[in-house]
Amino acid sequence: MKREEIVSKIVGFLSEEFEVEPEEIEPDKNLMETLELDSLDLVDLVVIIEKNFGFKVEAKDFVDIKTFEDFYNYVCDKLEPREKDQE
Amino acid sequence: MRRVVVTGIGIHSCIGNSVDEVRNSLYKGTSGIVFDKERKDLGFRSGLTGKVDMPNLKGKLSRRERVGMADEGYYAYVATEQAFGQAKIDDAFLEKNEIGILYGNDSSAKAVIESAEIMKEKKDTMLLGSGAIFQAMNSTVTMNLATIFKLKGINFTVSGACASGSHAIGIGYFMIRSGLQDVVLCGGAQEVNYHSMASFDGLSAFSTRENEPEKACRPFDIDRDGLVPSGGAASLILESYESAVKRGTPILAEIIGYGFSSNGSHISVPNVEGPLRSLKMSLHQSGVDIKDIDYVNAHATATPVGDMNEAKAIDIAFGDHKPFVSSTKSMTGHECWMAGASEAVYSIIMINNDFVAPNINLTEPGDEAKPLKFAYEAVETKVDTVLSNSFGFGGTNSTLIIRKFKK
Repeated sequence: MKREEIVSKIVGFLSEEFEVEPEEIEPDKNLMETLELDSLDLVDLVVIIEKNFGFKVEAKDFVDIKTFEDFYNYVCDKLEPREKDQE
Repeated sequence: MRRVVVTGIGIHSCIGNSVDEVRNSLYKGTSGIVFDKERKDLGFRSGLTGKVDMPNLKGKLSRRERVGMADEGYYAYVATEQAFGQAKIDDAFLEKNEIGILYGNDSSAKAVIESAEIMKEKKDTMLLGSGAIFQAMNSTVTMNLATIFKLKGINFTVSGACASGSHAIGIGYFMIRSGLQDVVLCGGAQEVNYHSMASFDGLSAFSTRENEPEKACRPFDIDRDGLVPSGGAASLILESYESAVKRGTPILAEIIGYGFSSNGSHISVPNVEGPLRSLKMSLHQSGVDIKDIDYVNAHATATPVGDMNEAKAIDIAFGDHKPFVSSTKSMTGHECWMAGASEAVYSIIMINNDFVAPNINLTEPGDEAKPLKFAYEAVETKVDTVLSNSFGFGGTNSTLIIRKFKK
């Protein structure tokens, strides 16, 4: 999956799940603040990532994810080795 | 002791999603029972059920408010919104006052079963999501409504099987009567899904008259063959008379008695003595003359033994006085944990609209029920005082006496 496809998919499920307009999700914005997430919502973020990409985010991984860009990079890094394996 | 009045009612059920809709259904004798093929495909003995609409709360409540709500919480929210609206209780009043909540509920099976299925597949509890725990607990309705409406008074769930909703009103009545609370949101909720009713279906207690869903639930009739599961939610705003007068809100009815008892015998087979003690206790406590009871809203679910024993208890309790008797479950099916609260709402609707709702599908009462004066069709008559019975598994019994409000 190309990066732009991954980003588009993430924007789609985040806006749907957390009920924000897709336009509000911009790469340099803070993910937690924009989506108004609390600690309970992070559990649901783990669930939807697993549903959409098939891997589970570890709680410690969230520490370094500040912006949506960080999040896109994190997901892409997680998916890349898998795609290489499949090749 | 203070007087306890009702200043708001709300209902979401298989015979209507508002007080007006339900009033029309009760008067016309409209059934809310349908056949659900999915249940048969899953191996149910009976595919009959009440059909209840799922409210759409997206846009009305935030995601965080909705994510912990199970089906019965959705029903309870819309019923409560109606009740607070009628009672003229707004957000500012809720913020400034200690409003309590006592709601009847005795399962949240769908949430529990769905979580178990995810757990078996994923082998990871975090993937159950953040709402699973709040949906799965018996107190799911009270914990969610108390949070959404920012309630600050008494807050817990009453689990008393099919008498849960009635006991919740009874406990709320005691809380206000004794001066511990001024306003309490009372009610009952019942999930409507196959998850919650599969094990009950397994007891062969449900009607199998599947070719005639609307005629399936036949309380007191000689041809009754079991209950029909149903559900939804009903809310009532109980308030001290002083508080209602101070707020200048219209009073719909007065709660004047709450009787209770336990059979102390079989877990599922009711007897006569237990319910009779509950009836007598409510009558004694209310102080009304037995002749003042105009109508008995029977618990009668259409099971052979349950109806027979309740008929005997009513006959013994009332003797020569013959109030009208009907079971609104003939139209609604058995609303289980909700039933005691919804039947209090149905009774208040009858009190305020001068009619007794019919016991539909009753063509010939069984022998033990023959001495009773049934409302075979809607009866237009003044209804001042109602006695409403609710009984449940484990032999729990609750009886409420509700009266038209008089200064």
